[in-house]
Amino acid sequence: MSLREFGPNEFWFILMAARWTILLALVAFVGGGVLGMVVAAIRVAPSKILRWLAGAYIQFFMGTPLLIQLFMAYYGSSLLGYRPDPWTAAALTFTLNGGAFFGEIFRGAIEAIPKGQWEASTALGFRFVRTLRLVIVPQAVRLMLPPTVGFMVQIVKSTSVASLIGLTEVARASVQVNTVTFEPVWVFGTASLIYFSLCWPLSLYAGYLERRFSAGMVRTPEKPLIMTSA
Amino acid sequence: MTTALQFGPVLVHLDRLLWGLVQTLQYAVLSILFGTMIGILGAVGRGFGPRWLSAAIAAYVELIRNTPLLIQLYIVFFSLPLIGFKFTPGTSAVIALSIHLGAYATEILRAGVESIPAGQIEAAKSLGLSSYRIIRHVVLVPAVRAVYPSLSAQFILQLMGTSIVGAIAAEELTAIANNLVMQTFRSFEVYILVAVIYFVVVQAASLLLAGLGRLLFRWKQ
Repeated sequence: MSLREFGPNEFWFILMAARWTILLALVAFVGGGVLGMVVAAIRVAPSKILRWLAGAYIQFFMGTPLLIQLFMAYYGSSLLGYRPDPWTAAALTFTLNGGAFFGEIFRGAIEAIPKGQWEASTALGFRFVRTLRLVIVPQAVRLMLPPTVGFMVQIVKSTSVASLIGLTEVARASVQVNTVTFEPVWVFGTASLIYFSLCWPLSLYAGYLERRFSAGMVRTPEKPLIMTSA
Repeated sequence: MTTALQFGPVLVHLDRLLWGLVQTLQYAVLSILFGTMIGILGAVGRGFGPRWLSAAIAAYVELIRNTPLLIQLYIVFFSLPLIGFKFTPGTSAVIALSIHLGAYATEILRAGVESIPAGQIEAAKSLGLSSYRIIRHVVLVPAVRAVYPSLSAQFILQLMGTSIVGAIAAEELTAIANNLVMQTFRSFEVYILVAVIYFVVVQAASLLLAGLGRLLFRWKQ
């Protein structure tokens, strides 16, 4: 029994919801990227207290499920007498969550730069921020790039979790269409196709960067790259 | 507004949250067991199987790794009944979670298998070991050891990933927390408590996996 057939209109409805998936992914990428830069800088900063605080922030966001973080932002902030809409809650959560993961990615790249570079900068009279900005980060960028692109794939996929606080992107649009058509194979096949065509090119690009930049470098498997699933 | 954190009305229901935690751990452990099995078969099939099998496994890995777990849950939950398989939400969740982890485990273990030098396999062959023994002792065990850190990181992500199976009405910690919020209206307290529970369990599981790694691979060095 279904109320409607799965036709071009239904397909179009899910496809158009992809713009919200893309928009949320962009917010997470830009917001998380900027925040991650700051967090990574703090993680290697001279102040011990700041380093510890940034570490605690990363630990919290990497050690609890994204969905719980979303619920805290969406339902939890009623304590402050304020009920955000799903978009505000999702944008906030994805920025904070992305900031933690990007922070770790960037820190890993920054710490891979030999200590002598820091010492040489100190000898030249550079302070912390200048050293980071003019000496360390330009060299670390090529190390950051592959895992950053890889994490973008995770971001796109994890935006689907925002459907569970009522944000209408691809996953929620599919559930809505499935409720009236009950053609799950077509509906979720369409959704999979949309996610796949957003993620696969990014995955391929990340793999390409990884191979290109790791040419001539020995990578030990001791320290795993950051991975997420959603 | 004069609201303050009140954990009292929430802590009364701590037993329900702990029951939810047990469900969460069940989903995680079962899907890690099945997913790792899929991963071992997948990595061996990719490395040593015929070309069509290798291509099919590669397609499976790419398809799963480039679509969200949530959509995979929906597909298993809504589509399998159409072809005559009626499962409870819990079983559907374990199936989807296992298929999901299987793809990541395949990819991680494949990297481990590729790290085995060809000479090592040739040496085993010249010693007259059977292919089963070669794959098991000469390839798989050193491969797992090489990628154990990545594999355990993936297991931890799987543990946190189970939090979304409430979307197909499977009961676990997050779903129980939502019920509790409806009942007590103490949303922030419930989610803080649940976040703490997840955090502690995740740290404990990380330590456990690290210890297990040291125990399993103590013959290294």
